Order: sequence, then C-alpha cells, then structure tokens
Amino acid sequence: METIIKIDKLHREFNMGSETVRALKGISFEIQKGEFVSIMGTSGSGKSTLLNILGCLDRPTAGDYYIDGTSVSKLSKDELSTIRNRKIGFVFQSYNLLPRTSALENVELPLLYNNTVSSTERRERAVHALEQVGLSDRIDHTPNQLSGGQQQRVAIARAIVNDPVMLLADEATGNLDTRTSYEIMNLFQELNSHGKTIVFVTHESDIAVFTNRTIMLRDGNIVKDEGIKTLSARTALDNLPVSED
Amino acid sequence: MNFINQIKIAWQALLRNKTRALLTMLGIIIGIGSVIAMVSLGQSSTKGISSEISSMGTNTVMVMRASQTQGGVNIGAGNVQTLKVSDVEAILAESSNISMASPVVNASQQIVYGANNWPGSVSGVNEDYLEINKYEIASGSNITADDMRNSAKVCVIGQTVVDNIFTKGENPLGKVIRLGRIPVKVVGVLKSKGTNMMGMDQDDIVIMPYTTVQKRMLAINYIHMISASAMSEDLSELAIADIESILRRTHKIDVEDEDDFDVFAQQQMLDMLSSVTDMLTILLAAIAAISLLVGGIGIMNIMYVTVTERTREIGLRMAVGAKNKDILKQFLYESTILSLVGGVVGMIFGVGLSYAVSSLLGWSFVLNIPTMAVSFIVCAAIGMFFGWYPARKASNLDPINALRYE
Repeated sequence: METIIKIDKLHREFNMGSETVRALKGISFEIQKGEFVSIMGTSGSGKSTLLNILGCLDRPTAGDYYIDGTSVSKLSKDELSTIRNRKIGFVFQSYNLLPRTSALENVELPLLYNNTVSSTERRERAVHALEQVGLSDRIDHTPNQLSGGQQQRVAIARAIVNDPVMLLADEATGNLDTRTSYEIMNLFQELNSHGKTIVFVTHESDIAVFTNRTIMLRDGNIVKDEGIKTLSARTALDNLPVSED
Repeated sequence: MNFINQIKIAWQALLRNKTRALLTMLGIIIGIGSVIAMVSLGQSSTKGISSEISSMGTNTVMVMRASQTQGGVNIGAGNVQTLKVSDVEAILAESSNISMASPVVNASQQIVYGANNWPGSVSGVNEDYLEINKYEIASGSNITADDMRNSAKVCVIGQTVVDNIFTKGENPLGKVIRLGRIPVKVVGVLKSKGTNMMGMDQDDIVIMPYTTVQKRMLAINYIHMISASAMSEDLSELAIADIESILRRTHKIDVEDEDDFDVFAQQQMLDMLSSVTDMLTILLAAIAAISLLVGGIGIMNIMYVTVTERTREIGLRMAVGAKNKDILKQFLYESTILSLVGGVVGMIFGVGLSYAVSSLLGWSFVLNIPTMAVSFIVCAAIGMFFGWYPARKASNLDPINALRYE
C-alpha cells in the first residue's frame, strides 16, 4: 500500500490576542492510497483546521505532514500553491463555481495555473472530467442554469481534472437534499472504486457511513479512528421512497 | 503561469461583467478622448493662425505712430505727425536688412461708380506695398513710381470693392470711379486674399499712390504708417533694431525719451499668437488630463469593489493553485486591459471629435501621432498604477478566510 498522507504529531495553535487557542493537539494518522476517509467532529473539534492543513492552505505550528512523500510543513506559500494545484482537488460545501462561466471553463480553471498543460490538452481533460461526473451534455451551461447537484458535480469535475492524489471534500453534501446527497456520495464512491483517495470532512454521520474509515476529532484530539462497514450509496438511493412530486 | 493564460483569465473575468467594464472604461474614454481632442484642436488652431499670418508675409515689419504725451496730456496716436516720407527713404538708404519699404497713408472715402457706392478704405502707398504685403495683381497693373511723382489719379482695387461697385459685371479696368470728389482711374484689380485672422476683409481695399492721397485727398505732409519688408524672416529682429535707431535719429529723440513710434514684425505677432494658443492648448490638455486622472481613480474604485465582491473567487483560485503573484497579475491585467481598451476607444473618439470640430471651423486637421503614442503609454500606466492597490489587496488575501467569505 502506498501512503498518500502521513501526519505526525501535528499541532496547530492560534494566537487570539493574549490567549493561545490550541486547535490541534498533536494528532497522528496515515492515509493509504485508495482509502475513502471521513473526518468527523462537532464544530470546534478542530476538523476545519485539519482540513486547511490537509489542503495545504495552512501550515502546522509543529509536527510533520507528508503528502505523496513530500513534506509540506516547511514549504513556502508559492510551493504550497503548486502542491495544491498538482496533488489536491477541493470540493466545497457551496460549490464555489465562477458565476456566468461555463461548466467547461470552470473545470478548466486549475489547469490554467499549470504551465505544463497546453490549451488543447486542457480542454480535452476538462471534457473528460465532465464525462466522468456525468455532465457531458452540460459543458456549456453556466452555474445558474444548473441544479445544486449538477453544480456540485461540476465542482467535483474541477477537483479531479488535475488528477490529484487526494480529493478533499468539505461538507460537500451540506447544501443538498438527501437524494442529491446520496447521488453525490455515489459519485464519490465510483471515483474511489477507480482508485481515487478521498478525504471527506462532514459532521453528518449518515453521510460518513458511505466512507470506509472514520476519523473522529474532539477538542483537537483524535478520539476514534477505525475502519467501518461501507454502505453503498447506490443501494441507499434505491431504498429511498419515491418522491411524490 | 504563462502570459497568455494570465491575459485569458483577466479577459474572461472582465467579460463576466460587461456593463461594469464598459462603465469603468467610460472615465478613461472621456479622459483620453478629451486630451487627444484638445491637443489636436489646439494644434489645428495654431497651425491655422500661423498659416494665415504667413500669408500676410512673415518678414513684414510695420512702423506705427505711438501715442504721445504733450505737457502731461496724452494726445493719442492719431495726432502724431512725426512719421515722414523722408523716414522711409532714410530706412531704405541706411538699413541693409530692409529690402523694401512703403509709406502708408490711410483715408476713408465713399467710392461711387454709376448708381453704386461703397465706403472705401484707401491706402496711399508706393509701388512696393503690394509685394511687401503679399498682394498680387489679378488683372491690369500696379501703380508705378511715375504715378508717385505725378500724384496720378489711379488706383488698384480689391475684389470686395469690385463686387460692390461693378455690380453688372463690367470690366473695372480703365473705368473711372469717384473717391469722394476725386475721379480716379482703375488700373488694376487685386487677387482675393479673404479675411485675415482679425476678421478683417483684406479685399476691401483701394490702393493709390501715397502722394495722391496726401495732396489731393487729405492735404497732409506726414504719413500714418510705414510698411517694410525685412530681407528675410530671420532678419526681422535686426530690421526692427535698424528702424528704431534710424527713426530715433531722424526724429531727434533724446536718449531718455521714449519712441514716438512702434515697430512690429509680423514674426513677433506670429510668435505671440502661437504662444497664446500653445498656452491654451496646454491649459485645455491639463484640464483634460485631470479628467483622465479621475477616470483612473474610477478604475481603482471599481477594482477595489470588485476585489471585495470576488473574495470567494480569489480564495477558490488560490485553492486550485493560483500563487499570490498570479492573483496580483490577474487584477493588474484586468485594470490595464480596462484602461488600454478605454484608451483606444477614447483615442478614436478624440480623433473623431477633433476631426469634426476642425472641419466645422474650417481648420486644417492635425493628427498628432506622438500625443497618441504617449496617451497609449499613459493609459497602460494608469491601469497599472491605479490597479496596483486593489490587486495588492486581492493577492494578500488569506485563502482560508477568502473561501469562507460571505
């Protein structure tokens, strides 16, 4: 098994005036390639801080973080940008798509910040990513012409277009109804079955059941880290009562 | 991050807000447009004035009577009788910088021919006057030196006089017209010169031998003016100095006394007028430049608002791998594109405006390429200068906060 993420005694402290808030108190874990991990916890548990560090948006106060073999704790801001561009795909709760911009152009965005990708290749890869999320017939639609679920699919396509080593989802189903949530989870499971490593931050336990490992945080410490019996989102979808309208 | 991608990103961002981009550009469009129009119109008017003065002869030197004070009473210039024909002869004899000189005696006489009459302004001059003042004979002949000696009753008339007196289209040559009570024979007709820059009709003129006007019309022995021509335009300053020293001597003016005459060179007039129009041009361009500055501040304003409004977009771009300098460049390029596109549209607008105005006023249209080039550079500079602060703000955003910005 190839280790994608290795976190070792990670600390993160914030100075709020005279007080020091210790958001992460020396946590350690590893994530192997192909895992589908949910990070759970209530607000204030440190999961957002952990997400920011995992996403290379923030640097730990102490401890080590390796992503795909690279230690990022000491990297400069620009180097972190490059790591985010090449190794991480973000999916946000509120999609964060560019308004009045076609799905295709939204998906192309990360590749615009990658000089090694030509404009032809950029387009091909964006079209392919949209195909993978089942939106090949919507490439010219702008976000306001798409439903919430479709917008999140575009966001997922944007996250996978640079072929990252890890997808990092932050409450990715938080804005969606149950059926659409399950559809999105089904999509994540499909991507995972093709070998994509996914880290899914959520506070909803009925979403976490679709992952195959849960890391539970409380007050900056890991209180639970265990493999779980994965439910199929496809089955869950089929078991949903048929909507009346 | 390559340049083309960067431009593409900035361009797409601008296209997402076409109306706003257009309105932002408006400030620059008006600013650049007015700078171009003002400079261009200023130069057109300067050029128009100088070409008109040139048509009057750039090496012409005029000697006028100056107003004088006698016993504390200013008697004005009209009563000064110190300019004499002998002064003209002295100037011609002594100054090597003067090629020609003519006395000028002015008289107003009603011109009568048949049933028509016309208020004529008569210039009593010698045979060189026409050449000094760049008049040309259209038909017939000039007055001659013999006419001076004989105080001959002959005249050369301008086109306006012809039109008003010979209304039936008769050939004026050889006809006898009456100037007041004196019958005068028309020997020549002048080519039309049109109005001068003061709005005076240069064709409303009757040229006669000065002796005739002095003796037969006004019964005076002094002259009103001397019209002379310097050897060349460059020598007009020297010619003025010569005339001043000669006339001070012949008029027996003490060292401490002021001249009883004024000497003007056409060249001085030209310099004076063009310095006035140049100053006006600079003034107008400065005002226009202020509007350009305001346009630039407009860009800064909008870009600043844009940065705040697009905080989440900036956060997202950073999350997917944009470096701080990529964000900085994007916003700088956006403001530069805004000001450059605005500048080009403004240039077209300014050139069109100045073309329309100069053709309306009958000026020759001057297209100033250096001004346009400078404006273009200024536009780019404005975009970068006023875009810098908002772009800096955007690039300094923290991606974590930016992504969660509501």
